[in-house]
Amino acid sequence: MSLLEVKDLVVRFGDAVAVDGISLTLQPGERLGIIGESGSGKTLTALAITDLLPEGASRSGTILLDGAPMPTSERAMARLRGQRIGMVFQEPMTALNPLMRINDQIAEAIELNSQHVSAQLDTPQLLTEVGLEQKHGDRYAHQLSGGQRQRAMIAMALASQPDLLIADEPTSALDLITQRLVLALIADICARRRMALLFISHDLKAVAQVCTRVAVMHSGRIVETGSVEQVLRAPQQDYTRRLVSASRFAPAATELRPLGETLLQVKGVTRDYHRRNALFWPIAPLRPVNDVSLSIASGEVVALVGPSGCGKTTLAKVIVGLDSASAGSIAFAGQSYRGRDLPKALRRDISLVFQDPFSSFDPRMSIGASLSEPLHLEPALDRALTPARLAEAVSAVGLDPAMLDRYPHEFSGGQRQRLAIARALVTRPRLLVLDEPVSALDVSVRGEVLELLARLQAQFGLTYLIISHDLDMVAAMADRVLVMEAGRIVEQGRPGEIFAHPLHRLTQELVAARLPELDAPSDPDATPAG
Amino acid sequence: MGGGPEGGDTAPSRAVIAYALRRLIGFAVTLLVAALVIFVLLDLLPGDPAQFILGINATPASVAQLRLQMGLDAPAYQRFLGWLGGMLQGDFGMSYTQRAPVAQLIWDRLGVTLPLAVFAMVISMVVGLPLGLLAARRRGKAIDTTIMVLAQTGVAIPNFWFGMLLVLVFAVGLRWLPPGGFTPWIEDSGLALRGLLLPSLALALPQASILARVMRTALVDVAGQDFIRTARAKGLTMDEALWRHGVRNALLPVLTILGLQFAYLVAGTIVVENVFYLPGLGKLIYTAILERDLILVRGATIILILAVTSTMLLTDIAYALVDPRLREGAQR
Amino acid sequence: MRRLLSHPSLAIGLIATLAFALLGLLSLVWTPFPITEIDIGRRFLGPTAAHWLGTDNLGRDMVSLLMSGTLTSFTVALLAVAIGVGIGVPLGLAAVAWGGWVEWLVLRLSDFVFAFPAVIVAILITTLVGPGAVNAIVAIGIFNIPVFARVARGGALSIATLDFVAAAQLAGLGNARIALRHLLPNIMSLIIVQGTIQMSLGILSEAGLSYIGLGTQPPETSLGLMLRDAQSLFLLHPLLTIIPGLCIVAIVIALNIAGDGLRDAIDPRLRQGNRNVLA
Repeated sequence: MSLLEVKDLVVRFGDAVAVDGISLTLQPGERLGIIGESGSGKTLTALAITDLLPEGASRSGTILLDGAPMPTSERAMARLRGQRIGMVFQEPMTALNPLMRINDQIAEAIELNSQHVSAQLDTPQLLTEVGLEQKHGDRYAHQLSGGQRQRAMIAMALASQPDLLIADEPTSALDLITQRLVLALIADICARRRMALLFISHDLKAVAQVCTRVAVMHSGRIVETGSVEQVLRAPQQDYTRRLVSASRFAPAATELRPLGETLLQVKGVTRDYHRRNALFWPIAPLRPVNDVSLSIASGEVVALVGPSGCGKTTLAKVIVGLDSASAGSIAFAGQSYRGRDLPKALRRDISLVFQDPFSSFDPRMSIGASLSEPLHLEPALDRALTPARLAEAVSAVGLDPAMLDRYPHEFSGGQRQRLAIARALVTRPRLLVLDEPVSALDVSVRGEVLELLARLQAQFGLTYLIISHDLDMVAAMADRVLVMEAGRIVEQGRPGEIFAHPLHRLTQELVAARLPELDAPSDPDATPAG
Repeated sequence: MGGGPEGGDTAPSRAVIAYALRRLIGFAVTLLVAALVIFVLLDLLPGDPAQFILGINATPASVAQLRLQMGLDAPAYQRFLGWLGGMLQGDFGMSYTQRAPVAQLIWDRLGVTLPLAVFAMVISMVVGLPLGLLAARRRGKAIDTTIMVLAQTGVAIPNFWFGMLLVLVFAVGLRWLPPGGFTPWIEDSGLALRGLLLPSLALALPQASILARVMRTALVDVAGQDFIRTARAKGLTMDEALWRHGVRNALLPVLTILGLQFAYLVAGTIVVENVFYLPGLGKLIYTAILERDLILVRGATIILILAVTSTMLLTDIAYALVDPRLREGAQR
Repeated sequence: MRRLLSHPSLAIGLIATLAFALLGLLSLVWTPFPITEIDIGRRFLGPTAAHWLGTDNLGRDMVSLLMSGTLTSFTVALLAVAIGVGIGVPLGLAAVAWGGWVEWLVLRLSDFVFAFPAVIVAILITTLVGPGAVNAIVAIGIFNIPVFARVARGGALSIATLDFVAAAQLAGLGNARIALRHLLPNIMSLIIVQGTIQMSLGILSEAGLSYIGLGTQPPETSLGLMLRDAQSLFLLHPLLTIIPGLCIVAIVIALNIAGDGLRDAIDPRLRQGNRNVLA
C-alpha cells in the first residue's frame, strides 16, 4: 500500500486555480522530488497535503495516508500531521519562534507526539543526529547561522519519528557549501530511518542528488513524472527539456579574448565598519574587505566568487562608488578614487546591475524615467537626444522602446533584468559590475539573460566584473576567477584550471559542494562528508 | 539580520543589564534636557515673581529684598543648577501662592492622580487584551465584528465626556456611586476607592478599545507568520499554536503601546479629574497657571515628564526581557 | 480613485468626514442663527422646529454652535497635522537620506518630544502666552512632529534598502533629490493614513484641551468648549453635554473608518499594529 496517495488535488484562491488537479503517490521510504519554477504550485501542493494552506485558499480532491483519508477535524488532522509527517521550510529564520530557545522548540515537538512512538527520542539525541552541538540548543534562532537553523528545523521535524518528511526548498536560503551539507544530511537521514521524502525544489541538480523519482510541475499541473534518470536525462516534455537545458551552461569560449590595457586597479582596499558594544564602547571593527588588490583589463570578464558574507558585495559597492574604502585606493582608467568620491565624469563609465530585478526600479516611476536617471551624469548631453539614447539601450537588450512608458509591475522578472541591464548601458559605460545577475531569476530565463550579457560584451567591448556564488555560471562566463574568503582574495586563475585543480581550502570546498551535472553518473551515496 | 553564531555565549542577564544601563543614560539625558527646556521657557516669561507676591503696591526696596531672598538675582545657570540640585534632594521650592513646599503639594495630589492612572491601566488591560485575543481567534466571525465595532466606537469617545455620561447614569440616575469629590485615603480608603471608580472607568474605555485593536492586529499578524505554520506542522491546531507561540510574540507591539499608554493616562487624568472635581495634579496646575505660580508649574510639569519617561524606560527594559534579539545591542 | 472608493468602509468614512467638514465650512457663510446672538429669554429650549437641537444656557442655537464648533475642531486638528507633516516628514526623510548623526539627532529629538504629551505642552504654552486655540494647535502639532518623523523614517528606511535607491545614488543624485524623488512618493500612502489617524486624535485632543480651559476661548467656539460651558449644568441640562459629545464621537468615527479603509485600500501590508494610536 502506498504511504501517500494524492488524487485530483485542486487548490483555489477564489476563482484562480493554483493547483490544477494533480495526482501522485509515494511508497514507504521512497524519495520523490517535485520540481517547478516560482508560481508552479509546488509549495501549495505540499501545504495542501498537510492541511496548512494559507487563509483564502481552498482545496478539493482526495489525500490518503496509508490508504485512509485524512481526518476532517482540525485537531485530529493536526495530531496526525505531527506524528506522521515532518516538515522543513525554506526560510529557517522566520520558521523558528524568535522568542523560544531551540531546545524548547524541539522538546515541544517531542512532548506533543510522545504517545505515538515507543522509543522516545530526547533533544540531545536529535541535536546530535542533525549535526548540532548541545550548546546550540540553548540558543535562540537569531544566534545561529542559516545552516544551523535549518538543522534545528530538521531536528524538530524528526522529533516524532515521522514516516514522511516534506522539505520545501530547504536549501535555497543557504549558501553553496551549507546547501550541499544540508542536502547530504537530508538524504542521509531518510536513508537511515527509511523515511519517505517529498522534496520540493526549483533546483534540478539538488533533486537529482537526493531523490529517486521526480515530478515536474508547471502552472499547477504535473507535466512529467518518472525516475530521476528518465526525466532528467531524457526528458519527454518540452517544458522539462527547457528546464534541463537551462540548468546546463554552455562551456566557456575557449579562445582568449584580446585584452586591452588595465582598466580598473584595486590597490590594497580595506573596508572597516566601526562597531560599539551595548555601552557605546568601541570594539574591534568589522572588516568585510581586508587589503584586497586586483586589476581588470579592458575587455576582460572577471568573476568574484565566495560564500555569502565573504565581502564580495562590499567590494563591489566600493568599486562603483556606493561605499568608501577605509584604506587603499582604486584607479579607473588611471584616475584614483576611494569610493564615494568617484568623480561624476567617471561614474558614467562604471555601471552596476543589481541582483533583484523586482526592487531595482521605483514602482512609481515609468521605466523611461528610471532609465533616463543615469543620463544625469552627462550634463553636456542635449535633452533632445535622451529618447534616442533610451531607445538605443532598450533595443540593445532586445526589448521594444515602446515599453519605456510602462511601469515596472507590468514586466516579468526576466524582462526587468533586461531593463536593468539597459539602464546600466544608457551612459555607454566601459565597466559593468554585475551583482549575482541571474540568481533571482527563474531557471528557464537565466540562460537568455546570460546569453544577452555575453552578446553585449562582445558587441560593445565591455568589461565585466561578475559577483556570484554560482560556479557553473562563472565557469561559463568568465576569463578569470577570483575566490574571496573573509575579506581576502585567496586564489585566482582561469576557471578551467582553478576548478579542476583548486589549491586553496575554500576553493576546494566550493568545488566539492558543486552538485554534479545532470548527465554525470548518479551516485547518491557519494555525498561529501562535512 | 542574523547574529553571528558566537553571539549566544554571553550571559543574557549581563546583556540585559548593559541594555538597561544604556536606556538609563538616555532616560537621564531626556529628563535633564526636559528640565532645561521647562526652565528656559518659564524663565523667559515677563513678570517678576517677587513683584507678583508682594502686589503692585510694594516698594522697590522690598521687592529687591524678596528677589535676593528668593535667589532671583543669581545668573540663570546658577538658578537652574540650584533647582536641579534641590529636586535631587526632594526640594522643589516653595509655592508662593499656596505658601507651601511644592514637593508636598505635588505629593498630596499624586495620591489621587497615580492611583487613578494605575486603576485605569489595570481596567483597560483586563478588558482590552482578552477582547482583542478573542476577536483575533474568531476572526471574521460575528463576535469579532461586534468587538471591533465596540472598539471603533470606544476609541472615538472623549474620556472626559464618557465620564460625564457615567455620572449621569451611575450617580444621578442609579445613585450607586458619588458624582464627584474625593475622600482622602487616610480618612476612608473605601470611600476613596469608590470615588476613583467612575473616573478610572472613564479613562479606561478608550485605552481598552485601543488595546483590543492592537492586540487583535498583532495576533492576526503573528498568525500569518512562518513559525506559527511550523508549530502547526509539529501537531498543534491553529488555536493551540497561537496560544503557545503567537501570544508572546503578539505582546511585543502591545508592550510598546502599554508604555505609552500609562504615560498618557497620567496626562489624561488632568482632563478627567475636572469632571469629577477630584483634587489631582490637573487642578493644582490649572490654579497655578491662573495665579502665575511658576515654581509650582515648573515642579508639576517635571513630575509629569518624569512619570512619562520612567514608564517608557520600564517598557524598554520589559521589551528586552521578553525579546532576546533586543539584548544584543540591536536598535529597535 | 475608483479603486479606492470600491472599499465600502473608505467610501462611507470619507463621505461622512466630508459632510462634517462641509457643515463646518458652511458656518462661515451661513448658520441657522448667528452664534453670537444671545437671548436669555429662549435659553435651555429643548429641540423645537426652529431650534432643531435646542438652545444653550445663553439662548444660542445649538445647531449653529455645533456647525461653528466643528469648523474650529477640524481647523485645529488639520493645522496640527500640517505642523506634524511639515516638520516631521522632512526630519524623518533626512534621517534616512543622510543617516549617521542626522539620524541619531532626529531619533533622540523625537524620543524627547514624546516625553511631552500635548497636555504638558499646552500647560507650558498657556503659562507663557495665555490660553487660546493657537495653543491647542501648537501643542497637538508638536506632539504630531515625532509621530510623523517616525512614520516617515520607518517607511523610508524600508524603501532606502531597495536597489532603485542605490541606482539613483549611482546616477549621481544627491541625498535631497533622492529623498524627494524616490523616498517621499513611496511613503505618501503611509503619511496619508497616519494623517487621518492624527486628525481624529487631534479632534479628541482639542476637545480635551478646550474642556480644561487650555484651548479655544470664547467668543470663538469649539466642540470641546461647548462641553466646558455645559460642565456646570450637565446634571440639569444633560442635552447640552450629550449633543456636542455625540458630534465629536461621530466625527472621530468617520475619520477612523476613512483611515482604516484607506489603509486597506492603499496597501494591505500596512495592516499592522499602529504604534501611534494614543494621545
